[in-house]
Amino acid sequence: MLAELNELLGASPQRPGTGKFTLLRDTGTDGSFLVHHFLSFYLRAGCKVCFVALLQSFSHYNIVAQKLGVSLTAARERGQLVFLEGLKSCLDLLFGEEEPSGEPSPLQFISGSTSNLKALFDFVRTSLTPADSASWKGSVLLVDDLSVLLSLGAAPVAVLDFIHYCRVVVCSQLQGNIVVLVHGSEDAEDEENDLVGNSLGHHSDLILWVEGLATGFCKDVHGEIKIIKRLSLESTEQDLVQVYQYKIQERNVTFFARGLSAAVL
Amino acid sequence: AEGVVCGHDLFVASAMEPPDNILKVKTHRRGKDILIDHNYLEIASPTTSTKFGHYYDISKTMSPELLQSIKWHSFYLPEELSLEPKLKMCNMNCGYANLLHSIQRVIYQEGFDGSHPQKKQKNILRIGIQSLGSLLWGDDICSSDTPEDIHSLTKFLYVLRGLLRKSLSACIITVPSHLIQNKAIMERVTNLSDMVVGLESFIGSERETNPLYKDYHGLLHVHQIPRLNSLICDVSDTKDLAFRLKRKQFTIEVREAVLFHYFEPKSKFPTKFKLFSVTFMQTVLIEGSNTKDVFHFNLAKEQMNIALLSN
Repeated sequence: MLAELNELLGASPQRPGTGKFTLLRDTGTDGSFLVHHFLSFYLRAGCKVCFVALLQSFSHYNIVAQKLGVSLTAARERGQLVFLEGLKSCLDLLFGEEEPSGEPSPLQFISGSTSNLKALFDFVRTSLTPADSASWKGSVLLVDDLSVLLSLGAAPVAVLDFIHYCRVVVCSQLQGNIVVLVHGSEDAEDEENDLVGNSLGHHSDLILWVEGLATGFCKDVHGEIKIIKRLSLESTEQDLVQVYQYKIQERNVTFFARGLSAAVL
Repeated sequence: AEGVVCGHDLFVASAMEPPDNILKVKTHRRGKDILIDHNYLEIASPTTSTKFGHYYDISKTMSPELLQSIKWHSFYLPEELSLEPKLKMCNMNCGYANLLHSIQRVIYQEGFDGSHPQKKQKNILRIGIQSLGSLLWGDDICSSDTPEDIHSLTKFLYVLRGLLRKSLSACIITVPSHLIQNKAIMERVTNLSDMVVGLESFIGSERETNPLYKDYHGLLHVHQIPRLNSLICDVSDTKDLAFRLKRKQFTIEVREAVLFHYFEPKSKFPTKFKLFSVTFMQTVLIEGSNTKDVFHFNLAKEQMNIALLSN
């Protein structure tokens, strides 16, 4: 996990928190470093994690996680991590034989036989609902990234429904946390994507919004991150907004105030 | 071309012309864009081979002996559709469904995904797909603002991604993006790709006569680079690339650094400054400045944008 980010968020693996919905957004740049951070953070914290990984293979996340000090293979073996490799699951659905267990594929909706994401929700629910007495410090659902579901033909409403159902189970019933990445683009021409992103933003406790620099690519400053903390979902109190710039390194990400990159000082 | 010279297997797919034709040299200009077949580099094998890659003479075609030394598979849509006109896969366009089945079959049968481990030594499959998304593939995203099926192409790319990830293969696809009006689709296509490169030709644009660009035929835009198995990606120092098409060579070059003056007589600020390098977003010190102002600048196209970032 990224120590500096923990500091900025006031988070620590000893206190992973409960019932929180965190939205990760990236526009014009790659915000996946945040996904890697939360994955290793919650595993370090001892939570049971259900990771719906739609865009990359297991080995990609595993190799990066090792650089951040966590082994996904070990976590999976001891039952702490349930990993849905979207790409593999999709291939099994289209080219594989019939499911031996008779269970529908979590990505059933791709085949067009159904338009909702219920199978995916069922997968999340069974992964996180403890079968035996809970030995983990909490439940976490992590999704990378939600925009892919739209590309695969799911309607924005279906995606929002899916998240809603997950919230009910994970945040309310299990008192766990959810972290979801919605990827966008600078030009913001994808209305469906914006709809999902903005909608989820209204219901998030914490939003981490990562953007490329307006002036273009820079070797020493990779982008800007906006941290928006919802103080209260009920009242009209202003959200707490902080902005930092960051630079991604091989095993770490450094954060600094705008204009104060080490290259400049 | 690289595939042939390295002894890899090839899979060439096209809806426009028989793949046999693609495996010969073809560079021609079509309208606003220079349409360079992804195999335009196909020619006689070079005399020199550097640490990475080879040089090619694009005025010649590749020798048939060299082509015969490798195994290549071809997919020509009109032929394939006549064999399997009704192939369906998750509501995807028929042409794409056919192509996916074909690729999957080759990967499985030739053992690129690890099946048949007893087979001969491991090799790599290089897949080339021409003009995906165009009308010839049966997709209307190039001809309509509100296409009938906006998901076919992205579904195709997702399944292809899965196939590539689980096998020893790599794929290059050309997409006529200048024809696709729907920007949302292009954003999704970019998100589903590892590396995205755009060629912008100067033909027919005002840049053809712009002295800034007189040495080049077009720009090469690197929209996205892969970030695999790592937090960081291998970003080169410069993103200001242009290409030149000569009789025997196609070269990609970094645009030259420019020393220039800006005169603003009434301004308090000094009027001359020097670029330290041609890269984007380098810091620049304003010569003669009294303050310790530091600016980041972006040399974008013909303009320079300066943003003051710190005091």
